[in-house]
Amino acid sequence: MRNAFADELTKLGDEDHRVVMLSGDIGNRLFDAFKDKHQNRFFNCGVAEAHMTGLAAGLAMNGLRPVTYTITPFVTTRCLEQIRTDICYHDLPVTIVAVGAGLAYAGLGPSHHACEDIAFLRALPNMVVICPGDAWEVRAALRAAMKQDKPVYLRMGKKGEPKVHQGPVENFAIGKAIPIVEGTQICILSTGNMLPEAIEAGRLLEKSGKSARVVSFHTVKPLDGDCLTETLRRFELVVTVEEHSVIGGFGSAVVEWAVDNGFDTRKVLRIGTPDKFFKESGEQEHARKQLGLSADQIARRIVSHLS
Amino acid sequence: MNPIGATKRPARGPDLAFLKRKAAELRGEVIGMSHKAGSAHLASCLSCVDILTVAYWHVLNIDPAAPTAEMRDRFILSKGHAAMAIYATLAHRGFFSRDLLATYTADGGKLAEHPPANLLPGIEAATGSLGHGLPIACGHALAARIKNVPDSYRVFALLSDGECNEGSVWEAAMFAAAQDLRCLCVIVDYNKWQATARSNETLRLSPLREKWESFGWDAHEVDGHDIEALCEVLSSVPNRSSRPVAVVAHTVKGKGVSFMEDDNNWHYRAPSAEEVALARKELGLS
Repeated sequence: MRNAFADELTKLGDEDHRVVMLSGDIGNRLFDAFKDKHQNRFFNCGVAEAHMTGLAAGLAMNGLRPVTYTITPFVTTRCLEQIRTDICYHDLPVTIVAVGAGLAYAGLGPSHHACEDIAFLRALPNMVVICPGDAWEVRAALRAAMKQDKPVYLRMGKKGEPKVHQGPVENFAIGKAIPIVEGTQICILSTGNMLPEAIEAGRLLEKSGKSARVVSFHTVKPLDGDCLTETLRRFELVVTVEEHSVIGGFGSAVVEWAVDNGFDTRKVLRIGTPDKFFKESGEQEHARKQLGLSADQIARRIVSHLS
Repeated sequence: MNPIGATKRPARGPDLAFLKRKAAELRGEVIGMSHKAGSAHLASCLSCVDILTVAYWHVLNIDPAAPTAEMRDRFILSKGHAAMAIYATLAHRGFFSRDLLATYTADGGKLAEHPPANLLPGIEAATGSLGHGLPIACGHALAARIKNVPDSYRVFALLSDGECNEGSVWEAAMFAAAQDLRCLCVIVDYNKWQATARSNETLRLSPLREKWESFGWDAHEVDGHDIEALCEVLSSVPNRSSRPVAVVAHTVKGKGVSFMEDDNNWHYRAPSAEEVALARKELGLS
């Protein structure tokens, strides 16, 4: 995802002279192409995220389109007040791009995990929250984010995730979920980098005779109300999947929406990380397995929920 | 070398008598506002009134009729708790009607106890949480270079000394120096008090000028109530170096009213009607 981001940002920088890239001392060589082409619009802001975020607000006040970028907890929770007060309160077009969301950097330990950021950022007025499902969605989401006039939080995995889409996502729109696999009985709404696991879970369900629709629900705020209406009406079971805490994340947002719009929330099953720090060493795949987020665990949980 | 030439600056020297009179009027205005609203931070306002007066009536290249003009000088009140002072300054300078000052803290009004975002002409940034103004000011200053209009406007940020407790101030200080933001100027209203204690007994700021200097800034110390000295030092931005400029302005909290000066109770207290009358008399106001 991060390579797609750097490449797409370079293209956007070619097209739009307002694009400014701010890095929190990360992405060694990742932005070489951007720097080569737009040397005067790339700034390594050092390990100083509060300043980087305020700086972005100041740039945006002057008509520029800054992007702030570093590892998820540092570009979100470390500087949450600057995001809230400098960017969201002023309603400025700053795009906050996080790398390594959820457990993508599991091996680096809980200091680098990010399973609370959606909860924090979606609570901020004016903020748009997008969690792309693969590298193609990253490109489309970044492009869409930079074209509108609001603060955006773009939550990415790291690199090498399986690609779900075969090429550029046509007709990508903020707040418009993308159906990936059709099905009739169960609907899995996946946000962010869990999309490949969600698709695999759907495949496993098909094998055991259950028909599952899988949707890439990339925009957590604003939610796609049309998609939720259809989903909650049509399906026997609606499952939210995210690499984020079950407190305050995508699943919470869906259930809040369902309650507010008079739907039966008993048919919703929320799958995410538990309310605890994950302290074991090991990579993302291990962490997902320990926390019940692998495809087969998701499929089994759905089957047992149905029975 | 210096595109901000004499044409953009006042051709004549400062009218010291006028500026002193204006500062007294602004002090009278904020004392009245604090009394009427029962609102805190009066002493923090009084310590920076002379700085605001010099900035808005002598130094800044601004046009109240065009508050968002691209090439205007920017002034960011990072110490947002001095909101009454910036409201009074902007109203007296013609950014909005002086009648609006009467609505300070009123239900449904625009003049809250800290400056709001996107509501009032002349308020460059909503502040109130400390340590936010300088990073934003860096963004304003850097934007000029990115947009290929370097040195075409100046950016001033007024900080309190208590505010220098915030790490984000020093993050910004290092960035500004690394990026040679020579049109950026920090003014520290160094009144030696923060909300509940002496600032140097809370977190050691001293030596403050040397701190800014060691962070790569051209740093000056000035009597923050000496109108002439303020005119000179603020007008000298940018200087011939590539460095940003820091002005450590030694001030007195509650300046201008004998019974408020250096008495930190006035960080939160609002004056009674009798105290307003006494204060106005001392300020030479009717």
